[in-house]
Amino acid sequence: MARHRLRFSKTGRAVYISHLDLMRTMQRAFPRAGVAIRHTEGFNPHAYISVALPLSLGMESGCELLDFEVIDGTPLADLPALLTAKMPEGIAVSEAYEAERKVKDIAWLRLAGVLEYDTLADTSDMAERLAAFFGQGSILATKLTKKKEETQVDIAPLIREISFASDGVHRIRMDAVVAAQNPSLNPSLMLDALRQNAPDLEPDFAVFERVEVYDGGMGVFR
Amino acid sequence: MNPKLQRILPRVQKPARYVGGEYGQVVKKAEDVRVRMGLCFPDTYEIAMSNLGLHILYGVFNEMDGVWCERVFQPWGDMEAALRDAGVPLYGLESGTSAGDFDILGFSLGYEMAYTTVLNMLDLMGLPLRASERKGLAPLVIAGGSSCYNPAPMADFFDLFIIGEGEEVGRELVRLYDAAKSAGLSKAAFLLQAAEIPGIYVPDVSVGRVTKRVVADLDKSYFPAEGIVPSTEIVHDRVALELFRGCIRGCRFCQAGYVYRPVRERSADVLIEQGKSALNHAGYQEVTLLSLSTSDYRDLDGLCDGLLDFCEPRKISLSLPSLRADNFSMDLMQKVQKVRKSSLTFAPEAGSQRLRDAINKNVTEEALLESLRVAFAGGWSAVKLYFMLGLPTETDEDVVAIAELVNKVLWTWKQHATNKNRGVRLTVSTSCFVPKAHTAFQWEAQVSMEEYSRRVALLRESMKSRAITYNWHEADGSFIEAVLSRGDRRLGAVIEEVWRKGGRLEAWSEYFSLERWLAAFDACGIDPHAYANRERAADEVFPWEVIDTGVTRDFLARERAAAYADKLSPDCRKACTVCGVTRVCKGVDCRG
Repeated sequence: MARHRLRFSKTGRAVYISHLDLMRTMQRAFPRAGVAIRHTEGFNPHAYISVALPLSLGMESGCELLDFEVIDGTPLADLPALLTAKMPEGIAVSEAYEAERKVKDIAWLRLAGVLEYDTLADTSDMAERLAAFFGQGSILATKLTKKKEETQVDIAPLIREISFASDGVHRIRMDAVVAAQNPSLNPSLMLDALRQNAPDLEPDFAVFERVEVYDGGMGVFR
Repeated sequence: MNPKLQRILPRVQKPARYVGGEYGQVVKKAEDVRVRMGLCFPDTYEIAMSNLGLHILYGVFNEMDGVWCERVFQPWGDMEAALRDAGVPLYGLESGTSAGDFDILGFSLGYEMAYTTVLNMLDLMGLPLRASERKGLAPLVIAGGSSCYNPAPMADFFDLFIIGEGEEVGRELVRLYDAAKSAGLSKAAFLLQAAEIPGIYVPDVSVGRVTKRVVADLDKSYFPAEGIVPSTEIVHDRVALELFRGCIRGCRFCQAGYVYRPVRERSADVLIEQGKSALNHAGYQEVTLLSLSTSDYRDLDGLCDGLLDFCEPRKISLSLPSLRADNFSMDLMQKVQKVRKSSLTFAPEAGSQRLRDAINKNVTEEALLESLRVAFAGGWSAVKLYFMLGLPTETDEDVVAIAELVNKVLWTWKQHATNKNRGVRLTVSTSCFVPKAHTAFQWEAQVSMEEYSRRVALLRESMKSRAITYNWHEADGSFIEAVLSRGDRRLGAVIEEVWRKGGRLEAWSEYFSLERWLAAFDACGIDPHAYANRERAADEVFPWEVIDTGVTRDFLARERAAAYADKLSPDCRKACTVCGVTRVCKGVDCRG
């Protein structure tokens, strides 16, 4: 396990940076900031960094975690300012600290979502119907495996809590706590479940944001 | 961000290409600037952002007071369709502003296959294609880059062309535009003034030949030390250091070798400092050296030593492209591969010594094999060899000689390889020769596509070893390139017709269609073979002669005659061949 951890946010235009590209961006940010970090050994050395729980393209997050190891003695407290100055627009480091817990202890994620219904002026009824749909004991969704085979998953156990509220004309806000890993619940699968089971509840467009990460006991994970 | 874009981006491939926001981008306050520019590259983000010229000009223009220069690129097909569906015009990556609202749109025109993409981008911006249909001063649509040495095919679409290196003349032009805009000048009045700037060609306005501009002192020229670092992977994802411009060699087929004369080196000390500052800024793990013939750089050892002193402790790798076989230095390769190792690439261009002499590719078989002997003994086991088929004077004997040369390379490996268990990978590539304007072969006919295929088949039959991989480029793209590169004003209609039938991004095989071009030639009543496959009379006046590269027509004719006599010409350091370029760059030592 790497010794140090960063918490950073990914918002605005940076949400379109893919996980792989984010790793590259992070790897470059350290030398830009003049901070030496541990590299892998061997013929093709690369920075020893890892980002917990890859974020889907298009999602904002205020709680991304990156594990790494400073080897030149730069004080961790200096890193947020040093690194944020060297990041693309939309990536900001909020804290750097000694990593004490393992990333595999992360169990739950808090998601905020905005669902847009272009032809629905009054969304209060829709909010109720969405809550009823996601409140069912079993919600089957079909997804493609890595081998491009269709498989059915029940996403109901992956949702710990969920609520919907009308947010004026055409918009509904979602607040949910969902499984973070093994398996995780990608919010796009929630939209798939709507399309497959209740197409009239499917929004015309939706964006989601990762708000917080928790351990199994719903304690904030750092 | 445009809410329509927000809905489009999650649905397209690699959306990071379309949002800007990268580290190093320049954002200014719109109310503080007088001139808004779009630096337009008629290809995808990955290609555009790999272009050093683009980074240089971006820095040059953004350094100017009152000027804000953004980037505008051609989206991939899925994004283009989505933009058209949603009615979102093409925009500058930095601000998201519609590019059609900018003052100046400067296109980088580096290869002919990008011509239809230029029209497509203008259309995506909501602008009329033809210069005559754009009445106002803004947006001024201009072009620069090596394809502008024959401006005729695209002359209907651009308001003006920058001929030669753009750093200095580009600044002068933008200053003139700034003044014209405040004075409320008409487009016609502005273009009359612009035509007075040396190095600017205004179609139908410029009088006499327009002479290219060159930067005399590369040590003092702009270097983008704090350039944009893409957030997504591009083709050349590394720091590039420009060792020199021009080339001492004078290969007779090479347009770059003639039009970028004279050779001008940047000093090693300056390059090392530029490398350090660019690497510190970007955080890249790789730096490469850029020029037409890197091993001709006088102090290559000193430069590499200086860079490696910086790179090695930081685990940054240094890569050396386009080495010449005649002065390949194993010492140098050993040094460079200390950090990371790549395969070796050589471009003998022709298989027989006679043909290599005819094209003035001053490389001998002995030198190539000696270099490879050293390389194989040093543990290298992957070699790429590039050749052209269809060069003037080429016979079947010359084609078969490629196979013979490759077999000798294989034999050299068998004799000298230190680790034979690893095997050897020889990759042979051929492309179809394209005669280019402003070269010794500007009079030559291109071989037909059928003839090229016959020569490919002949070469294929002659190379049987399983260690050899033979890749040949199809001739259809080279044929269209040959038409366009020596085209005249009549081709504007063809280019427009191809675009109207869906042509764009044609440097990509998935977008190129020979049939579409042939149909467009037909529709416009033009015989493409008269451009590509016709040998020109010695005294024919060429459309591209409105441009003076400094190199004289007499010199090119002498070089052509030497080719037919299989005679070599010396490089610029050995002896002056009186090419004429000193007329346009007084005070430059053209020996580099």
